[in-house]
Amino acid sequence: MAVYVDETTRLLVQNLTGREGSFHAMRNRAYGTNVVAGVSPGRGGQELQEVPVFDTVAQAVEATGANTTLCFVPAPFAPDAILEAAAAPGMRLIVCITEGIPAHDEARVVNYLRRTTQMPLVGPNCPGVISPGKANVGIMPHEICLPGDVGVVSRSGTLTYQAVHELTARGIGQSTCVGIGGDPVPGTSFVDVLSRFEADPGTRAVVLIGEIGGEAEEQAAAFIKEQMTKPVVAYIAGFTAPPGKKMGHAGAIISGSSGTAAAKKEALEAAGAVVVTYPTEIGEAVAALR
Amino acid sequence: MDLLEFQGKQLFARVGVPVPEGRVAATPGEARRGAEELGGRVVVKAQVRVGGRGKAGGIKVADGPEAAEEAAAAILGMDIRGHRVNLVWVERATEIAVEWYVSFTLDRGAGQHLAMVSARGGMDIEAVAASAPEAVVRRHIDPVVGLADWQATDLVYRAGLDRAAARSAAATLGRLYRAFVDLDCDLVEVNPLVLTAGGEVIALDAKVTLDSNAFFRHRDFEAFREAFQEDPIERLAREKGLGFIKLDGSVGIIGNGAGLVMSTLDVVSLVGGAAANFLDVGGGAGAETISGALEVLTQDPAVNAVLVNIFGGITRCDLVARGIVAALGERELPWPIVVRLDGTNAREGRAILAQVASEKVIPAATMLEAAQRAVDLAGRR
Repeated sequence: MAVYVDETTRLLVQNLTGREGSFHAMRNRAYGTNVVAGVSPGRGGQELQEVPVFDTVAQAVEATGANTTLCFVPAPFAPDAILEAAAAPGMRLIVCITEGIPAHDEARVVNYLRRTTQMPLVGPNCPGVISPGKANVGIMPHEICLPGDVGVVSRSGTLTYQAVHELTARGIGQSTCVGIGGDPVPGTSFVDVLSRFEADPGTRAVVLIGEIGGEAEEQAAAFIKEQMTKPVVAYIAGFTAPPGKKMGHAGAIISGSSGTAAAKKEALEAAGAVVVTYPTEIGEAVAALR
Repeated sequence: MDLLEFQGKQLFARVGVPVPEGRVAATPGEARRGAEELGGRVVVKAQVRVGGRGKAGGIKVADGPEAAEEAAAAILGMDIRGHRVNLVWVERATEIAVEWYVSFTLDRGAGQHLAMVSARGGMDIEAVAASAPEAVVRRHIDPVVGLADWQATDLVYRAGLDRAAARSAAATLGRLYRAFVDLDCDLVEVNPLVLTAGGEVIALDAKVTLDSNAFFRHRDFEAFREAFQEDPIERLAREKGLGFIKLDGSVGIIGNGAGLVMSTLDVVSLVGGAAANFLDVGGGAGAETISGALEVLTQDPAVNAVLVNIFGGITRCDLVARGIVAALGERELPWPIVVRLDGTNAREGRAILAQVASEKVIPAATMLEAAQRAVDLAGRR
């Protein structure tokens, strides 16, 4: 088993004909992902390496039965592309890789989706989702993955690869790796992914990679404490980072002492998670769970 | 991007929030002329992108042009918490009756906008928020709907702002919120928002942080940078499209992805060293980006050794290696480079580096080993 994406994924790529879109679509298809359609407005009727291209998401879904979309639409137009995908009947998951979406646009889209649909949005500004051996819906280097039963969830891209690398090097495979992205208002939270891993019979343990800022790790800690039976190994980046963006008094008032790496580590440990100090210890800590 | 006070006030004026009339000055003479044009009492204020100006002596009241010139001479060149003052803002003095606090920001935890209003504005708002949290009234705002008039009114009454001015205070909140959203700000903070002796509501300060992701629809915002005294290394890094923050250690860091770079700083610290910087080359960096990153680090005399930590995804390790080789060919690099490559095309990248391996280029198999080598070479804290 896996979460979010698997053999039943029928993938649509928004902006398939763009540089990144075409590169990753073909790479993911070569990995075995069922890439059924692309959308690039104005290019409907064309084909890209035998993948049919449509003008709109609705047309693509109707013609191909696509149920998952991978969005590479540039930042100024990505919020609209997400809303278009969310409106398509039969769509069940949106994964948005696009980086640099204005925060207010993102906040509007995420709040709208929360209220009007159950459909998850993973990202924006994320490396996507991979269920090793089943489907890669994103830009993660699947060569480093190994099918298995450890779920990985992370706010960071390359640090996810580092964690997966440590697991694979010890022969520990992954059920699904989810990059939720580092934007201010991510569509999917740690808690959303943890609850799926908790319910997934194919996931035995979870690796959580967090970083400074926001409250996502603290919220994850509360969920782990109250609702998780599966073990969690966590790593937090940013102990020595200077306070990133200065948000003036408003930031200081909202976050207080939370948002620091130390506070997040403490919250996760109090919830029963094993929090490692070096990223290289992630593999060891998961191996020790057996 | 944090704005200077006078730039924030320019934006407030655009949305109809009253601000005192003023002039920017880079010299005491300009401050004098500004004060002459304004007439009467003025306030001379240091323009730096950091709080605590008042307590540092960066704000002075002047009774006329001569006093304004003197005040500017005292303030210009001042160092306020590490920020040198290169500009002052000379504005018409306001007769303050009451000081309030107002801010709009994004609450990441809730994923919604957050308004905060207090009747106890002024210099010590952080202390007020800590000791009397109930004195700062908060309300989440749905980003889809925006701040409704009734919510602005509710904030004004709940915060206990003066009843006689409630209508204009609520209208000002509405305009500040419009600035926050329409001008794509991460933060709009006014401390103090004042009620004048004459019953007017005026923004006496402006702290505005713009969302640089939205500059594609605010083409004029890039020009705000011209007033900043940017650190030359930071400027070079920005022009090369690199995420860069100067730190105070001796190990230069280059990595791909903010999370991995932050983690690298931590590991360097754990093995006894200190990073000289945070430098993120981003996703899909080519050879030119890597050699550019090395060039940026040559501008920092505090660097004793460089650690390149790359986990290739979109980024190809062979191109990273080519960038390092190119940088070695272009200039004499003053320090050794410890390189750790994993992920996409790591084998090819390592092979390229093996050809130039020397005391200048040292391969490392893991992130931890790389950090240890770099710290050995750069020296411990």
